[in-house]
Amino acid sequence: MKLFKIVKRDEASKLIFFLTPILAIILTLIFGALIFYFLGFKPLEALKFFFIVPINNVYGFSELLLKATPLCLIAIGLSFCFKSNNWNIGAEGQLTFGGIVSGGVALLFYGQEGFYILPIVVLAGAVGGMLYALIPAVLKTYFNTNEILVSLMLVYVSKLLLDYLVVGPWSNPEGFNFPETRQFSESARMPILFEGLRIHAGIFIALAAVIISWVVFYKTYLGFQMKVSGFSLKTAKYAGYKGKTMILLVFMISGACAGLAGVGEITGPIGQLHRMISPDYGFTAIIVAFLGRLNPIGIIFASLVVALTYLGAETAQIFLQIPKYTGQVFQGMILFFLLASDYLLFFKIKFLGMKKNELRH
Amino acid sequence: MLKNFFRYFISSLFFLVAYSFSANAELKVGFVYVGPTGDHGWTYQHHLGRNAVEAAGIKTTYVESVPEGADAERVIRQLAQSGHGLIFTTSFGYMDPTNKVAKDFPNVKFEHATGYKREHSNVSTYGARFYQGRTLLGHIAGNMTKTNTIGYIASFPIPEVIRGINSMTLAAQKVNPNIKTKIVWVFTWYDPGKEAEAAQALIDQGADIIMQHTDSTAAVQVAEKAGVWSFGQASDMQKFAPKSVLTSIIDDWAPYYVERSKAVQNGTWKQQDTWHGLKEGMVAMGDYNPAMGADLVKEVEQLQKDLASGKVHSFTGPIYDQKDNVLVTVGNVADDGMLLGMGVYVKGVEGDIPQ
Amino acid sequence: MSLDINFIGVLIASIMASSVPLILAASGELITERSGVLNLGVEGMMIIGAISGFALMIVTDNLFIAIIGSMLAGIIISSIFGFLTQSLLTNHVATGLALTIFGIGMSAMLGKNFVGIPGKEFPVLFDDLSETIPFFGPILFGHSIVFYFAFILPFLTNYFLKRTKLGLMVRAVGDSPDSASNQGINVILVRYLCILYGGAMCGLAGAYLSLIYTPQWIENMTSGRGWIALALVVFSTWNPIKILIGAMIFGGITIIQLHMQALGLRIPVQFLSALPYIMTIIVLVVISRDSRKIKLSTPSSLGKTFYKEK
Repeated sequence: MKLFKIVKRDEASKLIFFLTPILAIILTLIFGALIFYFLGFKPLEALKFFFIVPINNVYGFSELLLKATPLCLIAIGLSFCFKSNNWNIGAEGQLTFGGIVSGGVALLFYGQEGFYILPIVVLAGAVGGMLYALIPAVLKTYFNTNEILVSLMLVYVSKLLLDYLVVGPWSNPEGFNFPETRQFSESARMPILFEGLRIHAGIFIALAAVIISWVVFYKTYLGFQMKVSGFSLKTAKYAGYKGKTMILLVFMISGACAGLAGVGEITGPIGQLHRMISPDYGFTAIIVAFLGRLNPIGIIFASLVVALTYLGAETAQIFLQIPKYTGQVFQGMILFFLLASDYLLFFKIKFLGMKKNELRH
Repeated sequence: MLKNFFRYFISSLFFLVAYSFSANAELKVGFVYVGPTGDHGWTYQHHLGRNAVEAAGIKTTYVESVPEGADAERVIRQLAQSGHGLIFTTSFGYMDPTNKVAKDFPNVKFEHATGYKREHSNVSTYGARFYQGRTLLGHIAGNMTKTNTIGYIASFPIPEVIRGINSMTLAAQKVNPNIKTKIVWVFTWYDPGKEAEAAQALIDQGADIIMQHTDSTAAVQVAEKAGVWSFGQASDMQKFAPKSVLTSIIDDWAPYYVERSKAVQNGTWKQQDTWHGLKEGMVAMGDYNPAMGADLVKEVEQLQKDLASGKVHSFTGPIYDQKDNVLVTVGNVADDGMLLGMGVYVKGVEGDIPQ
Repeated sequence: MSLDINFIGVLIASIMASSVPLILAASGELITERSGVLNLGVEGMMIIGAISGFALMIVTDNLFIAIIGSMLAGIIISSIFGFLTQSLLTNHVATGLALTIFGIGMSAMLGKNFVGIPGKEFPVLFDDLSETIPFFGPILFGHSIVFYFAFILPFLTNYFLKRTKLGLMVRAVGDSPDSASNQGINVILVRYLCILYGGAMCGLAGAYLSLIYTPQWIENMTSGRGWIALALVVFSTWNPIKILIGAMIFGGITIIQLHMQALGLRIPVQFLSALPYIMTIIVLVVISRDSRKIKLSTPSSLGKTFYKEK
């Protein structure tokens, strides 16, 4: 005899919506503690260095925000694509190309100062990312080409282009032929918010993206259209939506967001172009987008959690000599648990035997 | 107002931490690696150096796979904050972050590998004259090749790699003027599959000597299978291809790391720009394969001694570039500044430098 | 470049050898996707297969156990993905990406004592024939058993999908899970099996790298081949035979660009390195212009979770 039964919820409960992430975190802590224990580390201490120590001071917290900013921004952009069933997985390439274009513009203004420089640089990055995202979008709409493949291949192409530029034409003339450009002038750098920290004005761009996307998703006709096409392309066509325009539009939005993330990195903490402008933010942001359930507010939290796991892995290695790969295994597990906890959002476990009356329903 | 408050708050935070730890008697040494310790190449060799410091009774910490972008500064700063008196940052891309953090932690010593910026008195730079090892490889290759074609798998077009190609080619030409060097750029430091494919392509194109400036052992394994000669890189690769490997260039950071750590302990650490080579043992050679023949082994051992003593210089004029422009005039040697920023191929190398 | 016939034979053989892991992983993933499941964790499953195979070879000194073990390891890790996506209905894309992160970390953890150990020579078949017969010799002979398996696999897969009852079931589940379910097919079970099969093939693909192609263990040694394999599945429009063509085109351009470099052609090397990716896009555009054909071959429930009210 079964003791319980799993039943689909009629609608997601608000309480559960907030409770499931907490449950996931508790499960992560328990299993994480077990993993650390079996690997010979003190479990509680390891968890402390993973989750608390990285952000127990102002500097650490600002670094968390710094790391989460590009993730949040890209994930917001991606949620436009994913909601409408467009699988742009090449945000890394759009970030890189946005970085290239804005970096090129910043280098044009080398040695010049002026309030107008930064806005131009930022705009250039957004346009760059947008144009690069248009390639898979146009190929999808007019040539019926699969966007997953095209956007992914373009990641490799953009990285090689960046390499070509920083090694050759754009390399710093005083830099002994090393693969990097000159440092951008002060006017082309993102303003730092607090002296001594690295958190910069790019975070406002991310927040603006969150707000705008929330309005678009829940308050506009476009958001409704995206939702419908996300459910079923046939329904969308039936309703007479212009599918092609929408595909182009969501790709442009997500490309622009990725490009802006690239601008934030090179005009913020990096200050120049070199070969490694992004540690795969574009790919990590895909997880962030889904972890946040394609919801702007959810994405904010998801980007913070994911950023924290990266910081935590560093801190745990510095203080406890926990190897990086343990961090990765742990990271994978957190994601598994967070994803799995969604289950409770849509299903509830009914215990049988006790409430016999309820079974009749 | 708020801004000022934060400024004081933060600077006081930094300085508190910096001072409180620097007063500590026991030295802790931090290492920042660009790859995983399991790469069996560049990072692996630095890790062996770290092990030597640990064996000398000094506590160490390392952080691996630190991307060269925005993350590096945070990691270096955390190491400085958490009481490390000496920090080795072991990749070129850490140059600016290292100098930036060094400014905020005047009592912590920083050592940056392969860079040239020493903006503060607590920053030293160090590198190894691997090109000296390449000269030996070139001498051996020039003697051993039958097809007069040397295949060279290159990683990224940076001066370090180009210097190695030139140094090898010059030495090979000295014993065999008809030498041609064929280059394949793979744009990765380690991807065994791609390195193997590059090695195979070079062999198919007639190269009977394979050498690489990438880290994995894939190329020597391919050479072994194809029955051509090869050289190990970064670590001794003899055991991966016992017939084919003629010798290896070995990065040995251990003596330098131990010496510099002890210097901090004794309070004798001073800023310097170190470029050590065969003489100091930072560049070491693996065993010479007996297949080279006793005479050649003797010759190479002599050349090794002469390079170490300075009697022979890897870049002695006349040296011409691919367009026959004179790079170094007769009787002169290239100075370190020229070596550091080397950006053109010498005559005899085929193809263009990726620009 | 001496363009004699033997040289071309050798060239084709090396292109084929380089495409083996891509064919194996893509064929496995193709079955998974045909059942309606999109598993982006190919890279993670491959790297787990690579270390498991290598570690078992060192520990047991038995290549057979190593090969079987690598497939088992692939099955085990893919079962995590199966449980999450099929039983807990998680999002396929996110779970697959998480699987890749997990797999890379796990492989490094398992492999920490196996770095710097030389691998063993893997036996090849008909080695003497490969040098005696011009052109066809190097192409057809002197390869490992896994090599031959990889080139037969797409045909077996094709036969399986088109001619066997189970294959039809897989396609039914992928194209229309609801009606398949109504006909009494256990959709979840079929999808589970397809996921595990995909895991086994990815594990084997990884083992090919660490045991045969470049016999050694290095962290991250798959270096993105899992992504290329995923791309190949799309490229093939879910047709197993086209995986072969795609893998040969991709491998071919990769190898030929290395040869162009070795010849010293005056073309920017970064452009040559980008060629395989650019060419893949161009070829894809050319083959996918016919929209009806694509729509017909794409499993229509790909990446969507399936839940049946009990």
